[in-house]
Amino acid sequence: MAVTASSYDAIVVGSGISGGWAAKELSERGLTVLLLERGKHVEHVTDYVNATKGPWQYRHRGGRTRAMEEAYPVLRRDYPLNEKNLDWWASDQDSPYTEVRRFDWFRGYQVGGRSLLWGRQSYRWSDFDFEANARDGIAVDWPIRYADIAPWYDHVERFAGISGSREGLEQLPDGQFQPAIALNCGEELIASRLRGAFDGTRRIISARVANLTEPLPGRAPCQYRNACWLGCPYGAYFSTQSSTLPAAMATGRTTLAPFSIVTEIVYDRDSRRATGVRVLDAVSGQWTEYSARIVFLCASALNSTWLLMESARDVWPDGLGSSSGELGHNLMDHHFRLGAEGDLEEPGLDGQYYYGQRPCGFYIPRYRNVAGDRRDYLRGFGYQGSASREGWQRAIRELGIGGAFKDAMAEPGRWRIGATAFGEMLPDHSNRIGIDATRTDKWGLPVLAIDCGMGENEHAMRRDMLNDMAETLEASGVRNVRTFETDYAPGMGIHEMGTARMGADPETSVLNRWNQVWDAPNVFVTDGACMTSSACQNPSLTYMALTARAADYAVAELNRRNL
Amino acid sequence: METETTRTALSPKLMSRRGALLRIGALMGGTMVGSSALLSGCATRDARPANELFSPADIAWLDEIADTILPPTATPGAKAAEVGAFISVMVADTYMADEQATFLTGLVTLDDECRADHGVSFMAASPAERTALLERLDREQYDYMQSRGDDDPVHYFRMLKELALLGYFTSEIGYTEAMRYVEAPGRFDPSVPYTVGDRAWAPHA
Repeated sequence: MAVTASSYDAIVVGSGISGGWAAKELSERGLTVLLLERGKHVEHVTDYVNATKGPWQYRHRGGRTRAMEEAYPVLRRDYPLNEKNLDWWASDQDSPYTEVRRFDWFRGYQVGGRSLLWGRQSYRWSDFDFEANARDGIAVDWPIRYADIAPWYDHVERFAGISGSREGLEQLPDGQFQPAIALNCGEELIASRLRGAFDGTRRIISARVANLTEPLPGRAPCQYRNACWLGCPYGAYFSTQSSTLPAAMATGRTTLAPFSIVTEIVYDRDSRRATGVRVLDAVSGQWTEYSARIVFLCASALNSTWLLMESARDVWPDGLGSSSGELGHNLMDHHFRLGAEGDLEEPGLDGQYYYGQRPCGFYIPRYRNVAGDRRDYLRGFGYQGSASREGWQRAIRELGIGGAFKDAMAEPGRWRIGATAFGEMLPDHSNRIGIDATRTDKWGLPVLAIDCGMGENEHAMRRDMLNDMAETLEASGVRNVRTFETDYAPGMGIHEMGTARMGADPETSVLNRWNQVWDAPNVFVTDGACMTSSACQNPSLTYMALTARAADYAVAELNRRNL
Repeated sequence: METETTRTALSPKLMSRRGALLRIGALMGGTMVGSSALLSGCATRDARPANELFSPADIAWLDEIADTILPPTATPGAKAAEVGAFISVMVADTYMADEQATFLTGLVTLDDECRADHGVSFMAASPAERTALLERLDREQYDYMQSRGDDDPVHYFRMLKELALLGYFTSEIGYTEAMRYVEAPGRFDPSVPYTVGDRAWAPHA
């Protein structure tokens, strides 16, 4: 039996990057907010139990055991399975899903979600991205343009703290940056050589990252440990814990409820409004209903859509937001895991080194299919990479044993440079998720079935993603250039987007231009689910901006008594 | 329960192990030692835990092999960093059964090679004999690894060498004495002078 508990002005489902922003923006505008998180609490700093351990203090030095691999059949497919932060990755056994085609779904079920684990790369989108679908006749047009979101990028960048350099690039707009984290001397050398090649279209710039280079209230600048994924004791990178949650709690109007799995949005067919949510306590198994005037879904792309599919089924068999036929469709990720690398040789460079461990490297903004460039595929890609001197690992493949060998390997080796491409994935109606009614998770809830694959456009783009990097490095004087390509399956980018896209027409989209569900205007979806296309830039900054924008609009609509 | 993969694009074992080892800085899986396991037979398909694979004497043996690969110089060697125990843990906990078999068989081979070259077991050999043997085996594995086919196993001495390197350089001694470790550097300097002989900065993670 469900117990009806207190009511709130707003309910936010999920406490990751988007949910933290929703709670902050709504509570700061005077609303009482219930922030629901399906997983455990993680207290800022106190619960970063490995953050100050020595790297030698792990039994397997951070690696993975057979037992871990057996316990995590999905997570094992890429880097996330490791000894150091396993507590922050969701259990594949507790939360299974069905892969119609292989899809690697790496989830973070705790307060803060994947904001504790993210790569922190933070790039604005431009009108090259917001206009792309309309220009190419792909899927549906975005209902917003850069001008609609630009002030909200300003807003979230200032508060989150994004370091970066101003470059004046139309396809990668500048923002409200803290000072950039510098390129190291090897990268600077290649960047300067590259200015003279390709008409200057390929540029190496400092990565723009949510790592502070100047303090913000309650947060210290980066200490250059490059251990972000253990949680930062200095609060130097943006996470829910370091940034948005303290602000939301400071209002005195936010209630955080961990172990709260939202199983259904309660929908009133007469008023065409959500009235609240049903919550299953992940520990006790007890049900509770909470009521609210508005609901923000920020549960991560696929889980927000799962929740819509599980709601209002008495009205729409396929769930709330399914009237367009697009709910669950147009799933996207960024495809990657290919590029090139080589030796950086320059007289005198062996006499140079660097100090401190950066939490980032360089970025090469998109240059394909922009500014007059035309390829035989649509859209484009960017590169993330770095230069560094080799570590002791080179010893494994080198010939040698003994004292001189040991001492030589304890010194830095050659300079190397490499980069990996991140490519845009087109929205495709056939890439979809749905409910697999034949299976349930640990809590007896139905699971998702995921059916997603890359199309011809992505495969055509990948040829350039591989060859361009080799060409770029060779043009910069890098020696022994070698391309690399490793298995990529959708999901590995951990940039799940789409399945409840925004649009201008309720016949072809799930959400309107304010992230409202067309069929329930007091339900907002502001995480990756809302994305109408994927661009090639890392998406989290855009989720932050869209969330803040939608929250501002929601409060204004409440005040106008429109919701 | 297990996530259903109707069309597994994975070669899960190899791919994920490779990813794991790459992440901690190594390259490929290996094998490991053990007199008791050898006697009882490596035929079992199940990988074996450390206490079944390695006796204290085995770990002492591994320490000596690792210390020959990475001996004390101005900085401590592999034995001081307790690399033998680390190797035993890694082989027991992370190697697949076939890799364990390669490793264990390889240890016996190593001892046989020592007897053939020097007439004594590895533990009874002099430091110079040990070094000569391992230099020869290193050349053997180096040549083999360059020419082996995709399906050929990793050479056992590559496994030993890799685990010794991993165990040493990720130990506290490796981090703080062989290399330079600063828990919180506090700043990033994109260019500092480097003189040959300066030790590497050890990464935090």
